[in-house]
Amino acid sequence: MTKERTREIVKKIKKQVLMQGNEAVAEGALQAGCRFFAGYPITPATEISEVLSVRLPQMDGTFIQMEDEISSLGAVIGASLTGVKAMTATSGPGFSLMQEILGFAVIAEVPCVIVNVMRGGPSTGLPTFPAQGDVMQARWGTHGDHPIIVLSASTVRECYEMTIHAFNHSEKYRTPVILLLDEIVAHMREKVMLHGKFEIINRVKPKMPPEWYIPYEDSPTGVPPMADFGEGYRYHVTGLTHDIRGFPTERPEEIRAFNERIFRKISKNMSALSLVEYHDVEDAEIIVVAYGCVVRSAKQAMMEARKQGIRVGILKLLTIWPFARGAVERLLKNAKVLMVPEMNMGQISREVKRVNQGVARVVTLNKIDGTIITPNEILARILEVVQ
Amino acid sequence: MTEATKLIHKYLRHDKKFPHVWCPGCGIGITLGALIRAIDRIGLKKDDVVLVSGIGCSGRLPVYVDFNTLHATHGRALTFATGVKLAKPKLNVIVIMGDGDATAIGGNHFIHAARRNINLTAIIINNNVYGMTGGQYSPTTPYGMKSTTSVYTNVEQAFKISELAVTAGAVFVGRSTVYHARYLDTLIEKAILKAGFSVVEAISHCHVQYGRQNALGSAVEMLKWQRDHSVDVKKTAKMRPQELDGKVVIGVLVDKELPVYEDEYARIRGIARKDLEKV
Repeated sequence: MTKERTREIVKKIKKQVLMQGNEAVAEGALQAGCRFFAGYPITPATEISEVLSVRLPQMDGTFIQMEDEISSLGAVIGASLTGVKAMTATSGPGFSLMQEILGFAVIAEVPCVIVNVMRGGPSTGLPTFPAQGDVMQARWGTHGDHPIIVLSASTVRECYEMTIHAFNHSEKYRTPVILLLDEIVAHMREKVMLHGKFEIINRVKPKMPPEWYIPYEDSPTGVPPMADFGEGYRYHVTGLTHDIRGFPTERPEEIRAFNERIFRKISKNMSALSLVEYHDVEDAEIIVVAYGCVVRSAKQAMMEARKQGIRVGILKLLTIWPFARGAVERLLKNAKVLMVPEMNMGQISREVKRVNQGVARVVTLNKIDGTIITPNEILARILEVVQ
Repeated sequence: MTEATKLIHKYLRHDKKFPHVWCPGCGIGITLGALIRAIDRIGLKKDDVVLVSGIGCSGRLPVYVDFNTLHATHGRALTFATGVKLAKPKLNVIVIMGDGDATAIGGNHFIHAARRNINLTAIIINNNVYGMTGGQYSPTTPYGMKSTTSVYTNVEQAFKISELAVTAGAVFVGRSTVYHARYLDTLIEKAILKAGFSVVEAISHCHVQYGRQNALGSAVEMLKWQRDHSVDVKKTAKMRPQELDGKVVIGVLVDKELPVYEDEYARIRGIARKDLEKV
């Protein structure tokens, strides 16, 4: 089935095609230059594996089904160290298993993309139902203080585009990037055009001769050039905190310099990293801050509210982490209310409150029953707030 | 210069500050020597060698040698190695693990790597204990022995690593002790040259943790034990099972041919490309 279905997509690739979010992720990855996928079957992310098992060998790439999610991310990191763009895809239980090795990708600065199609949790939870419960896990799941980039999508087209962004960010900043989808966005089908208009970013490689290469040396960007294994730059890669040559260190000044650099390379690029969209925010008194499938309901609710004369706007978060602090601060000049509907008990709303610092009224709308937050529910909350 | 000095200059990292982390008398250094001699004998280019390790005393081995080196997470060295090898098959990927690393936390990866038959070389240094964390019992600590977490003696049965590798489908499995250092060179050389997943088990000793807790004596005495308790696999056919109790069988346990993963996947790519052309 996958083979026939994939053939259909490839045929229509330059035209409009009806496709699923997970299929769009796979095509986005190929467009971004991904040529290695290792994964383990899990609902609701399996279609990404299925499509790439067909597509990657067609393009001289490699697909492998590993024995679990831990080994999947291990193989992805190994592949990336040879210079090949690599990814894996999973859902909550598998994402939990990946957390230790995710930290390895952070500390060893290995570019890779991890797609987590969120389902209801905790534990096995609700394999075929949507949720947004992994927002904080994506931020803090791996142990130790660390920076992370997490992106999301609310349409099939965005699944395609944000996968490309995920690869670009991971290559540019030498860091793992998490694409946090939900079961609705991953499984729904929409008509999309897969365009190739994106700039594709590849990691910077060393230009100096191998004997001059210092693999973790600081620079203005904070992102050292990355040599491929097997190209003459023999260096050491470790999960231990290391000095600029990559060797384990216990010296406080070297430890501090390293940790500060891996934070700085992300934090100094906040504006480039914060992808958001504003919808009708100019005159809005109530701003709905949403991400993932909830954006879809928020848009409908906004239209209904505006028909009733209530000035509602939307801040759509495409970048979840680092949190789009600047975007929220900008909206605080006019907005009286920030509403955060989420399919969890309030994870992004905490960030909104932290940035808001009591300026506007922050209201939440939380739902954890395995079903989407509907437009009517958001509208009802808006009407409640107005009264 | 002596042979050893030449090899030290050629293969050890001059910019890595020695001394190394291992205790005097440890068998890991002997294994490292055997590995370097094997690589030198085959004549592999240093640029084409990737040395991957996990966590523990053996995990520190790659940092000292001048290859592409990868010190992965605990138990997962084979998974990282899988990605390296499949993404760039021209590289010679050698994986160093300890007994806990390979058969406790990494046991699942070990059997699946053997089953898959990717062209990797796994060297497992088996010293029957978790040395770096202070001498806790491992999956290869024999029944009845003491450790810091089995002070009343170990009640679990031990894994036989090489036999496990044979059963899981490895195409080459060899075992030596670190006492038989030159034989260890030969086994590692054969394992690297073998197409497919090959395993070398190096029976070693941890006189500092395991030896001390079980009153087994110094490193020298534990090496003598290896000498006195080793039996060549060729001689075992004529021996009764009772005679093999408490013995270490050394030699090549299996050497067979099976399709190698990378070759098979290259074939799949060919089919897939034709499939794409049809579209």
